[in-house]
Amino acid sequence: MISVRNLVKSFGAFTAVDDVSFDVGEGEIFAFLGPNGAGKTTTIKMLTTLLKPSSGTIELDGLDPQTKQNEARKRFGIVFQDPSLDGDMTAWENMEIHGVLYHVPHKLRRRRIEELMKLFELWERRGEQVKKFSGGMKRRLEIARGFLHTPKILFLDEPTLGLDPQSRNQLWTHVKRLNETEKVTVFLTTHYMDEADRVAHRIGVIDHGKLVAQGTPKAIKEQTRTESLEDAFLKLTGSTIRDESAGSADQMRQFARMWSGGKR
Amino acid sequence: MSAIYVLWLRELKRYLRSRVQLVASLGQPMLYLLVLGFGMGPVFQRAGNGSYLQFVAPGVIGMTVLFSSIFSGLGLLWDRQFGFLKETLVAPVPRLQIMIGRTLGGATVAVMQGLLVSIVCILVGFRPAHIALVPLALVFMILIATVFSALGVAIGSSLQDMQGFQLIMNFLVMPIFFLSGALFPLAGLPKALALATRIDPLSYGIDGMRSVLLGQAFYGAPTDLVVLIVLALVLLVFGAYRFSKIEV
Repeated sequence: MISVRNLVKSFGAFTAVDDVSFDVGEGEIFAFLGPNGAGKTTTIKMLTTLLKPSSGTIELDGLDPQTKQNEARKRFGIVFQDPSLDGDMTAWENMEIHGVLYHVPHKLRRRRIEELMKLFELWERRGEQVKKFSGGMKRRLEIARGFLHTPKILFLDEPTLGLDPQSRNQLWTHVKRLNETEKVTVFLTTHYMDEADRVAHRIGVIDHGKLVAQGTPKAIKEQTRTESLEDAFLKLTGSTIRDESAGSADQMRQFARMWSGGKR
Repeated sequence: MSAIYVLWLRELKRYLRSRVQLVASLGQPMLYLLVLGFGMGPVFQRAGNGSYLQFVAPGVIGMTVLFSSIFSGLGLLWDRQFGFLKETLVAPVPRLQIMIGRTLGGATVAVMQGLLVSIVCILVGFRPAHIALVPLALVFMILIATVFSALGVAIGSSLQDMQGFQLIMNFLVMPIFFLSGALFPLAGLPKALALATRIDPLSYGIDGMRSVLLGQAFYGAPTDLVVLIVLALVLLVFGAYRFSKIEV
């Protein structure tokens, strides 16, 4: 379903993604793990047409996301690392806008919105503005929205960041269920190794832009002779702490928080 | 087409929902209209130019449309920040449609805001000279709104964060307003100032409104119309180009 060959992305002299190759099969849940700044998000951005690769090839369901942009976009859904909802719109309107943008026919759209919002336990609050939602509810809404146009692939970039264990647990239950019922291929990144161990069929570990290990959680643990995935991860990527500098988006977010008095 | 419609509708809903913003954005035009309108009145009258309130009302309407449309274009920055922009950018919709939906939405909101201020102008005593020509004033409002929404989107696409916002405000939006002849007549200005007003797009919009509302024209309504239409098309293309270059 996803096929990546010799993918490279460099920003000036810095190589964020360095000669990465992997395959994800249909209906598979693939977890992409790595420390901060390892190249996870850059890879997802390239897979989802937001960034042009410097070199290498990508195929999503047999399509090159660079040349067949719109065709490829119809085939995947994405939940970004940062929220991407419109806080002034209601939950239902956020779903509706998404459905229209993805050309989901009117009747089907209505049905699917209701189905998904009920599944993610948001239907009762469909008429409320999203800015009044808790972090967990927003995430659920984003994931429900990602499924709306029945994508073949769902990208989840750190979907459980900042959620309490209850919400995380519930979220993965839903994702797993939809993976089974709708045969959606799931490509996810996370910092919680226990999640990856529990949810993913296969795992890829990336560090400094290079793919350092690939295989089932069990195989990776055996390969590194460790008991838990967390130990395996630390063994593979070392224990030095990576500090990312705050990008302009982070700075703006801070500014906005001041501006709006923390309302959003 | 449905993508354009749904994004247009979104802008409209956002506008109608933020009542505080709606009221707040009327504050500045009110100051200009009431304080300047009545404060400068006696001087203007003595100089033999008639009622200043009559003169300044089209200027204040134009100003409202300018601010409102340029801010809605810069609203792109908010969407970039709160992430909604990404949601639209990965959708299987050509970017041109997204840009047009936003721009038309912003322009519609600006025209509504302009109409609101027009009503206030009439309430405080503004009287158009020819009632029959009033719909033409709406045409000018729409053109001003389109020109500056497109400009706003073009700028919003190029800025990364809010720091640039003050810069745009002080070095672009305020000069466009002050040089537009919204507050003073364009005739008999010093050369440098006259030149500056000539290259200010808003001066054609306000001249157009004055000419249809009061029968006082400097460039003349046909010139105003042509300049604004050409400029609107150029800026729409430019805005669409800048928008297509956004990377998140």
